[in-house]
Amino acid sequence: MKKEPKQLSVSAIQNGTVIDHIPAKNLFKVIQILGLDTIDHLITFGTNLESKKLGKKAIIKIADKFFADDDINRIALVAPDAKLNIIRDYEVVEKKVVEVPDTIIGIAKCMNPKCITNFEPVKTRFRVVSKKNVALKCHYCEKITNQENLQII
Amino acid sequence: MKNRSLVSIDDFTKEEIINILDMAEGFEKQPVRKLLEGKVVATLFFEPSTRTRLSFESAINRLGGKIVGFSDASSSSVSKGETLHDTIKMVSSYSDLIVMRHPIEGSARYASEVASVPVINAGDGANQHPTQTMLDLYSIRKTQGTLDNLNIFMVGDLKYGRTVHSLMMAMSRWNATFNFISPEELRMPDEFKLYLENLGLKYYEHTDFTDIISKADIIYMTRVQKERFSDPIEYEKVRNVYVLRNSMLANTKHNMRILHPLPRVNEISTDVDANPKAYYFEQALNGVFTRQAILCTLLGIN
Repeated sequence: MKKEPKQLSVSAIQNGTVIDHIPAKNLFKVIQILGLDTIDHLITFGTNLESKKLGKKAIIKIADKFFADDDINRIALVAPDAKLNIIRDYEVVEKKVVEVPDTIIGIAKCMNPKCITNFEPVKTRFRVVSKKNVALKCHYCEKITNQENLQII
Repeated sequence: MKNRSLVSIDDFTKEEIINILDMAEGFEKQPVRKLLEGKVVATLFFEPSTRTRLSFESAINRLGGKIVGFSDASSSSVSKGETLHDTIKMVSSYSDLIVMRHPIEGSARYASEVASVPVINAGDGANQHPTQTMLDLYSIRKTQGTLDNLNIFMVGDLKYGRTVHSLMMAMSRWNATFNFISPEELRMPDEFKLYLENLGLKYYEHTDFTDIISKADIIYMTRVQKERFSDPIEYEKVRNVYVLRNSMLANTKHNMRILHPLPRVNEISTDVDANPKAYYFEQALNGVFTRQAILCTLLGIN
């Protein structure tokens, strides 16, 4: 029996970074957090792809762009299972997973409507008190924002 | 500790707290000392709080300092739409220290980051009120002779009461045992119970206000506020249950003292006032001495 050739939903890049296993619903949040909407690199992405683990996943391929760990860990809040492949000359030369950082600055919104960060242009700042079921403690009002109430600014 | 702010009681170590309490003892013996001569303290009360403001202003006056500020946001530039950021920047250059009360949570931490002078949080919404906690600690140490290994009973609104949360966190450093007495709706939140569990400290929860108080070293009463209940019938059921009456004190320990952050409504019956175990009015006076100690500490005056 003749096998169907494996087709890539998103075409390969020669050099750059592939971010895989992004929950489909959070694709645009990842784009926003990494500022991909404002850079002029060649970017291709696919979304609502089949995934056994996530149901629907998204993938982003960014040509000629390599991220520092601190930058990439910023997406951990919205894509905790994301995997990174570093591509050089069409080959995967390095794999990385994201890790929730100890502090989150300027990404999440404090869920407390009476928090100063929701009244004045203060950059939000949280200490991560739980990494598994993400729980963030606001540096200002000291209230906890958990996964269900997490909003990305 | 010079030039540091006091936003949350957690900002200070155990040793730093003890130093402030020791210093407050000195002010109790001799309250009038001109240690703040030539200093200007700004008292910014974005919401009225007569008790706290008078306590601070009394402390500043006894130290010979001068006061600038306002007691109500409507009489300040805030009513013209100025941001907190700009108000604090401006006041920083007029004063040596800022005392601030503000209805928005986290405003004090933010102000301490914007200000070039120390900031004392005199209450930021439902968040923190560390000088209240400091005077509670002072009152406990004064009446018990120690802060170590005490049995603390907290009664009333344990869900929203910021004073009980801060006091609980502070007393957890001295190996306290806690008993929480409250209606079901106003129980101590899980995050605080988890905090105690992680430290390996014992706590017990009760819904009945009964004879168990005979074990208490301190009974900390709080107000059950009507606005905390969505159902007014529930409030009516609860309001007369968590009331401390003189007849309930017969079997309590000799060293036991009753504290309350005040103002009280009906949760401590007036027949308790004459009992030597009632300590809430002295507690309020202790606030002046502890605030004197805090002001001097943050300005680096010994």
